[in-house]
Amino acid sequence: MAPTRIVTRLLHASVVVVILLAACGPSAPAPSTSTGPAPVASQAAASNGQYTGTDPQSFSLLLTTENTQVPAELQRLAAGPCAAENAALPLSVQQTPGAQIQQQIQLLASQNSLPVMFNPTQAFIVKDGALQKAGYILDIKKALTDLGVADQILPGAQAVIDQLYPGVSPTLPFQYNIEGIFYNKKIFAEHGISVPQSWDDLVAAATKLKAAGVQPFTAGGKSGWPVSRWIGAYLFRSLGGDAMAAVANKQAKLTDPGYVAAAQTIQDLGKAGLFPVGVASEDLPTAYNDLVTGKAAMEYQGTWLLANINDPAQNTVGLDQIGLLQVPVISGGKGDAGAWPTNVGSPHAINAKLYGPKVGAWLKCIVLHYADNLMTNQTAFSGFKASHPPVLAAPTPGTTPPPVPPLTVEVANDMASAKSSVLWFEALSPSAKFTSDAGANSLLLLNGSMTPLQYMTLLQNDIDNPQ
Amino acid sequence: MNQVLGDRRAILILLGPALLMYSAVMVIPVVWSFGYALFRGNLIEGFTFVGLANFGRLVQDEQVAAAVRFTLLYTLVISTGQIVLGYSLALLYTFVLRRSSSLIRTLVFFPVVLPSVAVGLLFSRLFAVAPNSGPVVSVLDRLGVAPFDFFAAAGTAFWVIILMDLWRSMGFYGVLLYSGLIDIPTEILEAARIDGARGWRLVRSVVLPLSLPVLVSSIIFSLNASLKVFDTIVALTNGGPGSETTPITLLMFQTSFFYSSFGYGSSMAILISVMCFMVTIFIFRSSRRDLTVGGAA
Repeated sequence: MAPTRIVTRLLHASVVVVILLAACGPSAPAPSTSTGPAPVASQAAASNGQYTGTDPQSFSLLLTTENTQVPAELQRLAAGPCAAENAALPLSVQQTPGAQIQQQIQLLASQNSLPVMFNPTQAFIVKDGALQKAGYILDIKKALTDLGVADQILPGAQAVIDQLYPGVSPTLPFQYNIEGIFYNKKIFAEHGISVPQSWDDLVAAATKLKAAGVQPFTAGGKSGWPVSRWIGAYLFRSLGGDAMAAVANKQAKLTDPGYVAAAQTIQDLGKAGLFPVGVASEDLPTAYNDLVTGKAAMEYQGTWLLANINDPAQNTVGLDQIGLLQVPVISGGKGDAGAWPTNVGSPHAINAKLYGPKVGAWLKCIVLHYADNLMTNQTAFSGFKASHPPVLAAPTPGTTPPPVPPLTVEVANDMASAKSSVLWFEALSPSAKFTSDAGANSLLLLNGSMTPLQYMTLLQNDIDNPQ
Repeated sequence: MNQVLGDRRAILILLGPALLMYSAVMVIPVVWSFGYALFRGNLIEGFTFVGLANFGRLVQDEQVAAAVRFTLLYTLVISTGQIVLGYSLALLYTFVLRRSSSLIRTLVFFPVVLPSVAVGLLFSRLFAVAPNSGPVVSVLDRLGVAPFDFFAAAGTAFWVIILMDLWRSMGFYGVLLYSGLIDIPTEILEAARIDGARGWRLVRSVVLPLSLPVLVSSIIFSLNASLKVFDTIVALTNGGPGSETTPITLLMFQTSFFYSSFGYGSSMAILISVMCFMVTIFIFRSSRRDLTVGGAA
């Protein structure tokens, strides 16, 4: 072959490749070249057998940037009750945006470089999850039993973990929240509305407020889930507490009439104009602000909202003017009237391969002190045992502690007296895509752009075709 | 020159390093990505060969179909807008504003240098209804139009995206096409005018054919950039409401990195590459036709 022809062919080939690639640029950014599970770390168990790994150089955390509560409290513990543990194994916090953390966790796991504690997605740490199968997830219940502090987990919180992760105990309950409808007592009183006892009462109250020019509901629709939680809340009242478990176990489908009816009911709330015009664009702080400044009468949320409600700088309607009511019962519904939707916050797993005596000491200190410190500093609840009724810290030693805000006391009593709990709509989500689709498309459901059947069909497809 | 190109070692020395570098940074990752499309799994558990299963799923996936439909519609509308507005601006600069066009060119070009995310935020505030009404909603309200959320419905969200991207990019196409128009010899234009060609006839029969090479380049730039649209949509709507404004690039990104489905995401990447390739080939082939044939009087 003549050299000039070689050159010509090379150039032709280059042009084709250049056109293809220059036209489209790099296609999918190639993932890491690592294609298999990391080699199993040495299971250098401590001599007494209760530890599953070896201590690292620091008590390293990889948490989401959005997770502000846990790192703040752990840093307070490191400077206070857990100072000795921190001296032996210094706390080291690294945070990364929630949208990227799962990718980072996968990469670190493939390199056997996961930190001591991290925020994995639920799917990774269920019984057959990838991180469970790779031996990375510490069985928290067993570890706490070995440490002699198993009773520090509230039975209610442990029940939620057991429902979320049948057969395993992979997460620490850094939060313990019940969900319900926060309402403005003053607005209710001004319009002669009593606390709704049934779903029909709730809709009637909202309709009355709307007619009077008051915004009945607010929701941080931009995040999606504040709307989709309404669907779950209705489902657990209409079909019973195991409605979503039945879907997860393939005993029911989201396209079954009862599930579609729940979506229809929430769409009806939207079509009646009971949510703000811009609900799809409202972020969570805006929705919180709507409630605590009296711009809206009600908001479905979890008790993490107490931090906003108890802040006089934010709450202009009065600390005692906001109440919490359970999602009311539905006529003919199968749900347990006493059951609250309950959650234990985002998953916080501990790396079993780094679980040595020093990590164990940290773990013990956390479960002994976290709850009271969280209540004192942020008036929030965790799934660890705390003083009851809650007490706040005195401003200075020897002085009288400030009174616990009234709604916090009420919530503490609700939690203590709760007979049972249910999960939330996306709790048993088979994939991140299901959670994302449930939230994002709930806005289309709410404004009527998507029919209830289309919405449920989309989600059922996510269940039938997991990623 | 013939001596140099006749020497195989010279060819190797001249082309080798560049090809090697290009292969390392471009070809290998693309081929690697294609390889992932044949697998399913994740970095923790490893990957399992599934043959063409990801492509089979791609064909049946309604969300992929919707994303492709959105991408094609977006490309059609935005590329048409970019080329028409860009060419109009170029004609304005060349034949109307002439030497005094530099200020206008600078002003119209200015959005091009702004970061996409900043432009997205700017437009989200312009059309916002919550937490506070933006200027557009406020003006409409004063005109008697009840406030509504531009980003809550697919149709209105789409047109806000189009408006934003046209505002952001038309200056670039204006300058690109302007560079082609100013290269047209003045003598030819004068000769055409003496022959009686004016206005649209002058543009159609003289300016357009003579600026065809740069016009074709602009169309290719525009189509391929539009097919790969990503950052501006993420900044403005993040694909919402629901997935109504999700282009295939965003779906690929979400699938790969949010849902950790690298194999399926890679199959989408290949689909995008094929789409870009087909469009490029189509443009190259169609640009071979001589516009002056049968058009000139």
